Amino acid sequence: MALDGQGSGEKRANPGASADTTAEAVTFLKGKALLKSPLSMEEMASVAKKLRRHIIQMTGKAGSGHPGGSLSSAEIITTLYFSVLRHDPANPRWAERDRFILSKGHAAPLLYAALAESGYFPIRDLSTLRVLGSCLQGHCDMTVTPGVEISSGSLGQGLSFGIGVALAGRLDNQDYRTYVLLGDGECDEGQVWEAGMAAAHYKLDNIVAIVDHNKQQIDGWNYEVMNLEPLAEKWMAFGWHTIEVDGHDFSQLLTAFDEAKQIRDKPTAIIACTVKGRGVSFMENNIEFHGRAPTPDEVERALEELK
Amino acid sequence: MEQSTREAYGKTLVELGGQNKDIVVLDADLSKSTMTSLFAKAYPERFFDCGIAEQNMVGIAAGLAAAGKTVFASTFAVFVPGRCFDQIRMSIAQPGLNVKLVTSHGGITVGEDGTSHHAIEDLGLACSFPGFTVVVPADAIEVAQAVRVATQTYGPFYIRLSRPKTPLVYDPDYQFKLGKAATLREGKDVTVIAIGIMVALALEAAQNLAQDGIDCRVLSMSTLKPLDKDAVIKAARETGAIVTAEEHLRLGGLGSSVAQVVVEQQPVPMSIIAINDTYSKSGKPGELLKKQGLTAANIESAARSLVAKKKDS
Repeated sequence: MALDGQGSGEKRANPGASADTTAEAVTFLKGKALLKSPLSMEEMASVAKKLRRHIIQMTGKAGSGHPGGSLSSAEIITTLYFSVLRHDPANPRWAERDRFILSKGHAAPLLYAALAESGYFPIRDLSTLRVLGSCLQGHCDMTVTPGVEISSGSLGQGLSFGIGVALAGRLDNQDYRTYVLLGDGECDEGQVWEAGMAAAHYKLDNIVAIVDHNKQQIDGWNYEVMNLEPLAEKWMAFGWHTIEVDGHDFSQLLTAFDEAKQIRDKPTAIIACTVKGRGVSFMENNIEFHGRAPTPDEVERALEELK
Repeated sequence: MEQSTREAYGKTLVELGGQNKDIVVLDADLSKSTMTSLFAKAYPERFFDCGIAEQNMVGIAAGLAAAGKTVFASTFAVFVPGRCFDQIRMSIAQPGLNVKLVTSHGGITVGEDGTSHHAIEDLGLACSFPGFTVVVPADAIEVAQAVRVATQTYGPFYIRLSRPKTPLVYDPDYQFKLGKAATLREGKDVTVIAIGIMVALALEAAQNLAQDGIDCRVLSMSTLKPLDKDAVIKAARETGAIVTAEEHLRLGGLGSSVAQVVVEQQPVPMSIIAINDTYSKSGKPGELLKKQGLTAANIESAARSLVAKKKDS
């Protein structure tokens, strides 16, 4: 399907696409009319599982990192990188690329896994997460990792950055779109709402904010630490076209991203309801794994579940 | 003759904006004070008012720069960098993006507005970001040139302007050189190194000293970072005594930076004229400067003391 910013979501399933090598399943044509072979739902699920395995292995090997919020965003990132984004892993600085901005920078392991599986850098590099000299820093660093669009990790800043990128696109008459992934706990930060107000004020319809609403943050459940609800209503009140979806359901996510492309003169917020630690039974809704890596034994058990 | 540094900034932006379509200007609801309003009027499509939200403004500036724009973002010096230190750190300094933070109302000459509006920590904060270039122009002539040079030089800048009109200290044919101190007066007995509004006071002090036969060199250290170490070392070696003068806290500004070079490279007696560890209250700019000892008379007496000390040793 043509992903030139106006693509419809009609031909998503492509039985011909290879399921095991996701990078191969993404084919690129030269020039602006970049086409992808979209994956079937089964293939998307397979990619998401692969990304989850990487997250477990990477953080397990590093001995530190943030598996919980990486696991919760796996379907969101899979949908973006393997169906929605117009991008070219061979040319990370391509001027016309869609921009993906990871505001919740602690989910870096997930982004790195998606970038590697897309072909931005070798998959074997994933084992160097957090190691001195590695291009894979503990939190996102746009100066060292191909495909990473922002230096993040200090929460609350990505949406503002994304607005700048989107404004530049509009000034340059570029039709690229900007996608910003935030955590729900991150929405405690006042800057998120400054940015929320601004994006609507500037009538930016080329930016989409996705909130990974896994309902937990380091000190506990959102409602205990700092109540965010009603979260969707807040985004609506700030002037955003707001869509609530099951953040683990590919068809809901795809529909939401397609809907966002049709909206004019206002930004779109996708509130993606997810489960922290999703995919590994003993990590699900277990806040301990927000910022703790699995032990070797836990890695083994997790990978067994993610077979 | 006095001229507004803010007006020079606004006019220069308009001029540069006509030559370079990639220049985008942001402000945080103070465009009439910072004079970015002149750019807004000339190029409304390339001006964005971010409202009273400096953190968001800094992030938007970074995003625009990441997408290839040359971005100027302005407000009062008390709000940037102070209010959005971490946003500047992560979104601009770490990636080294092409954002020029140009603030007006630096120092205590904001006057009557009081403590909340006195920017006395901004230079220390700005200098603390790795990779930042920090410029404090001494007059309107230098503002125009520094803003032009900043546009031509990729990377993050912090440029501090003043609220009051300031005396012209440079000749009309002055050429601002980034990272180079300007020698405004030669001298062999003592050197006064000054920035911003203190340059004019340093020249006044030097003139008074000359009447008593003290030959005082005056350097305008408009690029505070990276500091012109060679000029500092040369001054220490050739004049044997250094007075610094700035409208900023003693900690983290010009005096601290110069002292680091002097201590390591060419130890000589020094005196730092700066704001002591305190906030100022409301008052007329001149009254506040006097209260904090930021006067030509104080520069002069500091220089005399150092010269006397040299003779004794």
